[in-house]
Amino acid sequence: MNPITVPSISYFTMAPMLVLFVGSVLLMAAASLLRHRLPEVVSTATSVLLGLGALVVSILQWDHLIRHGSSSTVAGALVLDGFSVFVNITVSCAVILTALVAHDYLARLKFDSAEFHILALLSASGALIMGAANDLVVVFLGLEILSIALYVLVALNRKNEKSAEGALKYFVLGGFSSAVFVYGIALTYGATGSTNLAKMGTYLSANVVHRPGLLLAGIGLLAVGFCFKIAAVPFHMWTPDVYEGAPTPVTGFMAAVAKVGGFVAFLRVFETAFSTQQSTWAPLLYTVALLTTFIGATSAIAQHNVKRMLAYSSINHAGFILLGVVVLTKAGFAGSLYYLFTYSVMAIGTFALLGVLGGARDEDHDLTSYRGLAKRRPGVALSLALLLLAQAGMPFTTGFLAKFGVIEATVAHGEIPLALLAMVSATISAVAYLRVGIVMYATHDVPTPVSDGSSFKDRAEGSLLLEVEPVATTHEVPVAPTTGLAIGICLAVTFYFGIAPGALLDFARQAAQLLR
Amino acid sequence: MIAATIPDLAVFFVGAAIIVVGALGVILAKNPVHAALSLVMTLFGIAVLFIEEQANFLAAVQIIVYAGAIVVLFLFVIMFLGVDKAEDITTEPIVGQRPIAAIVVAALMASIVALGQLGHWMVGTHASTTATTGNDVADLGRSVFTTYLFAFEATAALLVIAVVGAVVLARRVSPDELSTDEPEVAQVPEDLGATMTAGEVEQ
Repeated sequence: MNPITVPSISYFTMAPMLVLFVGSVLLMAAASLLRHRLPEVVSTATSVLLGLGALVVSILQWDHLIRHGSSSTVAGALVLDGFSVFVNITVSCAVILTALVAHDYLARLKFDSAEFHILALLSASGALIMGAANDLVVVFLGLEILSIALYVLVALNRKNEKSAEGALKYFVLGGFSSAVFVYGIALTYGATGSTNLAKMGTYLSANVVHRPGLLLAGIGLLAVGFCFKIAAVPFHMWTPDVYEGAPTPVTGFMAAVAKVGGFVAFLRVFETAFSTQQSTWAPLLYTVALLTTFIGATSAIAQHNVKRMLAYSSINHAGFILLGVVVLTKAGFAGSLYYLFTYSVMAIGTFALLGVLGGARDEDHDLTSYRGLAKRRPGVALSLALLLLAQAGMPFTTGFLAKFGVIEATVAHGEIPLALLAMVSATISAVAYLRVGIVMYATHDVPTPVSDGSSFKDRAEGSLLLEVEPVATTHEVPVAPTTGLAIGICLAVTFYFGIAPGALLDFARQAAQLLR
Repeated sequence: MIAATIPDLAVFFVGAAIIVVGALGVILAKNPVHAALSLVMTLFGIAVLFIEEQANFLAAVQIIVYAGAIVVLFLFVIMFLGVDKAEDITTEPIVGQRPIAAIVVAALMASIVALGQLGHWMVGTHASTTATTGNDVADLGRSVFTTYLFAFEATAALLVIAVVGAVVLARRVSPDELSTDEPEVAQVPEDLGATMTAGEVEQ
C-alpha cells in the first residue's frame, strides 16, 4: 500500500482565520485561568487587536493576490482569491467595530465581557472559513462554526426573556436548515461524485446530465440552506424575533458577519459548481429575490419596534444582494460584494446607536420612545437619521451606490422587470426609514427621561394627556467614547465612500474578477 | 446496475424493518425512556445496513458512538431532569400539525424513492467507478489525511465551539448578573415608584 502524502498547506491562506480562532482560544484560556474576572478593557483590547491583526494579514493577502493571482491549498479545500480576501477584510472590520460597540454595552448590562468577545471571534472565524471554502463539507463546517457561536451570543441577555426565545427559535430553525443543507450536499455528491466545488464544476461542464432530478434536488436543498442563513423569504421567519431578542451589538454583528459569510459562500457555490445549471435554478432565485425585497420592505413599514423594523429592512437588503446571485455575472458579484461591505458598516453603526437608545437594559426599542429625540439628543438623532437614510439609498452615501451597483448589473443582464420591481421595493422600504426620522424630528412629545426624579410626575401626566404610554424605564445612556468612535467610523466610511467611491468600488470589482 | 442477491435483500429488509419499528417507537412511546431505547433499535438497524454495504468500520462506530455513548447520554439527561414519566401526546400544539406533517412526509418519501430510481447517480453501487482497496478503515484514514484534511481540522474547531457554547449557556448565573437594580428607580417618587418596581420584580 502506497504511503499517504499529506497535501501541501499554505498557512498564509488560513492566516486570518487562524489569528481569530487561536486568539480567541488564548483569550478563553486567560479568562478561565485567572482567579478574577478578566477586566473588560483587556478583552475588548484583545478583540480589537485580533481584528486589526486579521485585517493586516488580509491586506497582505490582497497584495499577494494582485501580484500572484488566486491559489488553492489543502487539497483544494480552501482558496485564496478575491472572494475570500473580501470576506477576510469585511469580517475583520466588523469584528473591530463590534468590539468597540460592545465594550460599553457589556459593562452597562453586566455581561461577562470575555464570553462575548470569545464567541464573537469564534463566530467570525467561521465566516472566514465559509468565505475561503472550496468544498461543500468545509462550507458546512464554516456555517456551523458561525451559527453555533451566534446561537449562544443571541441568548447572552439572561435578563430578557425575548433573548432566550430568539435564541431557541434561531437554534431550532437553524439546526433544521443545516440538516436540509447537509441533505443537499449528500444529493449533489451523489450526482457529481465530489464535494469539491471545482471538481463539481468541471464534471458538470464536461458532462450533460440526462436525468438531472438528483442534481436539481441537491441544488434546491443547498439553496434553501443558504436562503435561511441570509434570511431570504420564505425562510426569513426567524429574523425579526432573533434580531429583536438578541443583545443589540450582537444584532449588528449578526447582520454583518452572518450575511457576509452566507452570501459569499452562496455566490461561490453557485458560480464555481453550478454555473452550468443556471437556466434551471435562476427562475427559482429570481422569485426568491423578488419576494425577499417586497416582503422585507412592506413588513418593515408595519413595525412599531425599531429593531424589528431593521430586521425586516435587512431582509429587503438581502433581496438586493441576492440580485447578484441571480444574474451570476462579474458585475453582479461586484455589486453584491460592495453591497455586503457597505451594508455591514451601516448595520453595525445603526445597531450601535440602537444599543445606546435602548436604555440601561436594552429594552426600549419601541418607536414611541424615539419621540422628540432630535431635541433631547440631537447628535444621536442626527447620526441615526443619516445612517437610516444611507440604508434607504440616499445619494452621496454608500447605500445609494450599493443599490445602484446591483440594479445596474441586473439591467445589464437583461432582467429589467426584476430591476424595476426591486427599485419599487426600495421606495417602499424608504417609507419605513423616513418614519423613524419623522418620529425623531417632527414630534414634540418628550417621553420623560427619569434623570431627575423631581419633575417626573408632571412629565408623566403630560405624556398621558397625549395618549402616550408613560415610558417609565427610559434612562438616558450617554454615548461612551468607544461606541462613539465606532459610530464615527461607520458614518465616515458611509459618507466618504459615498462621495469619493473610487477605491471601494475598485476593490469590489477586482475581488469579483479574481474569483478562482 | 448490479442485481441484488437474495441474502442481500433479506438482510436489507430485516435491517429496514428494525429501523422503521424503532423510529415509530421513538415518536409513539409515551415514556421518554422507552423512546430513547427505541432509538437504540433504530441505530442498531442502521449498523446492520452498514454491514450489508460492507462499511464494517462505520457499523462498529455506529454501535459504539451512537447506540452506546449518545443514547446513554440521552438517558442520563432524561433521568437527571426527571422527565422520565408519561407525557400526554394526544393534543396537538398547533392544530392540524400532524395531518400536514403526514402529507409532507409522504411527499418527501415519494420524491426520495423517485430520485433513487430515476436519478443519475455518480457514486455508490450503481456506478462503482472508483476502485477501493476493500479496506474501509484504510480508505477512511487516507481521505481524512488527504482530501478532507482541512474539514477534519475544522471539525475539531467546531467541537471546541460547541463545548464553549454549551458551557456558557449552562453556567449558573451569578446573582449580581441577574439583579435588576436600577439606581435611577430609587429616585422616583414613591407613589409612582411602587407600581413600577412591582412590575420589574416579575421579570
